[in-house]
Amino acid sequence: MKKLLVLSTLAAVLAAGTALADTSGKKIAFSNNYAGNSWRQAMLDSYGIVTKKAVDDKIVGAADVFTTADKEVPTQAAQVQNLILQGYDAIVINAASPDALNGAIKQACDAGITVVSFDGTVTEPCAYRVVVDFKDMGKQEVEHMAKFQPKGGNLLEIRGLAGTSIDDAIHAGILEGVAAHPEFKIVGSVTGDWDQTTAQKAVATILPSLPDIVGIVDQGGDGYGAAQAFAAANKPRPTIIMGNRQDELKWWKEQKDKDGYQTWSASIAPGVSTLAFWVAQQVLDGRKDIPHDLLVPYLAFTQDDFEAALPKIKEGGVATHEYTQEDAIAAIKANIK
Amino acid sequence: MDNGFKGSAARNEAARARLLRGLLPALSLALVLAAIAWLNPRAISYFGFSLMLNLAIPIALATIAQMFVIAGNELDLSIGTFVGFVGCVTATWLKDAPLIGVLILVGLIGIYALLGALIHMRNLPSIVVTLGMSFVWQGLAILVLPKPGGKAPDWLLAIMSFKPPFIPFPIIAALLIAAVVHFGLMRTSYGVILRGSGGNPAALRRAGWSLLKTKIVLFALAGLFGVLSGMALIGITTSADANIGNGYTLLAIAGVILGGGEFVGGRVSPIGAVIGALTLALAASPLLTFMHIPPDWQVAANGAILIIVLAARVLISRRER
Repeated sequence: MKKLLVLSTLAAVLAAGTALADTSGKKIAFSNNYAGNSWRQAMLDSYGIVTKKAVDDKIVGAADVFTTADKEVPTQAAQVQNLILQGYDAIVINAASPDALNGAIKQACDAGITVVSFDGTVTEPCAYRVVVDFKDMGKQEVEHMAKFQPKGGNLLEIRGLAGTSIDDAIHAGILEGVAAHPEFKIVGSVTGDWDQTTAQKAVATILPSLPDIVGIVDQGGDGYGAAQAFAAANKPRPTIIMGNRQDELKWWKEQKDKDGYQTWSASIAPGVSTLAFWVAQQVLDGRKDIPHDLLVPYLAFTQDDFEAALPKIKEGGVATHEYTQEDAIAAIKANIK
Repeated sequence: MDNGFKGSAARNEAARARLLRGLLPALSLALVLAAIAWLNPRAISYFGFSLMLNLAIPIALATIAQMFVIAGNELDLSIGTFVGFVGCVTATWLKDAPLIGVLILVGLIGIYALLGALIHMRNLPSIVVTLGMSFVWQGLAILVLPKPGGKAPDWLLAIMSFKPPFIPFPIIAALLIAAVVHFGLMRTSYGVILRGSGGNPAALRRAGWSLLKTKIVLFALAGLFGVLSGMALIGITTSADANIGNGYTLLAIAGVILGGGEFVGGRVSPIGAVIGALTLALAASPLLTFMHIPPDWQVAANGAILIIVLAARVLISRRER
């Protein structure tokens, strides 16, 4: 019995990935291309909390954050090149474009720098990608919609920032979902840019020209704006899929308390930035077996558990989850096949 | 005798002012370089300059494109999205079907020439026309590349990653661009006419020159350099994105002004514009990255650097008067 305990402890220690190399002197930079919405702010907050502790605990030497002034690809490419010159050991990146930064990313790899991308990932093979299955998220939106609206009907789709891979993946998932559920028909599509105000304006503009809508499939950050647009036009409230924003969940709770309104909420947790950070730390630690593509789950809330999460989200913020080193090791393990 | 002396003194004064004005862009570039050298000595090397300046080449080309438009007293608000669209064409058609790609790019220059003609003949404000066109280019770019991707043609990649001995490629490219455009616009007789169309169009018309033709030529040249900018950009990034050039519109205008140009009066300087573009590229990104500013302040700091650099230029050019 005792032997078994010792063995299992040993196994646990091994699984936890004992420090193969010392990373206390390593410097990790975070290249971020945009900070102007609640999601990105939560992402930076989570990253700040986790990395500050990691630096204080002497796990890494430095973890600096660099945000570009605009959302532009060339600016971020230049930023990555400057980080190379600064002598960082690893770069964690939320990229403005999956392909157009490959030139700069390759230069970083060639200079011996570990690159870990997340959210806005990069396709350059030398980089690591912490990927959320956005396509599945889009598909699940329609699956849940089918539960709330079993009779089917007309859907309105709210798209994200045009030309981005995230918008493309969620849209593809939604189309796949609709193909599997022929009772639904997308009768209109607007661009909401993941922003409540933009979404509200866009929905208000298209609303008069639409037939009756039973549901809205969207990408997060746009659900509350859509609800406002419907309320302002005195149209019946459709089932709106939410995206984990505080204002969205608060609105959901109000509606639920009023008449038992049902919906579903999903989005990528902004704290996935911290997971990317730990992956970079693990690579610097000398682990060689880490797959370059790491699939991590998205954060979803259902009718039963969203109210518990709501008080923890700060006003105007978005639901998040800060990952630990152990989470990262577990995620890596789950992806090694 | 007295008069002659006074005249030459005034001329000396004017010449000195012009010299100062000409040196100002170079001075601000030297200042930014000195700051970078102080903050991160490692950056001042062959490798460092290659990395810091290679993205300045497309900015310099876009700035030259904007300069041609500004030389004719117009403003182009579409150059950024135009560069983005060219980038999308470069990463798709130019690689897969070079002939069609070249035809499209040449056609784009033709459209720019037509825009010049339209603005002149209907006497439309160029800001309105080009603002409208910026949405057209953006839309076309998203049509060509609904999601980021594509790949730069191999020959373009080879050119942009060329490593000449001793002097980094971006510096050679910048010198070449500045020299060619300076010769064409400042040293040829038709270059004088082109600048004159912004400086004193009435006089030019009375002398029998066609203002329609000058405007068409200026816009066509802007289109040409916009195409070169988009191609250079894709040669560096290796792949395209529909939103890749959006920031270039304002950078290009700032580059022209920083380089000693004026919005009206046909007063532009190709060498200054190239230096202005390099200064902006260095001040905005490397300087900022090396300064270690807290993330919350980085975006504002970027703007502050731009304002300081441009304000210095305005202060000195005011003393000139």
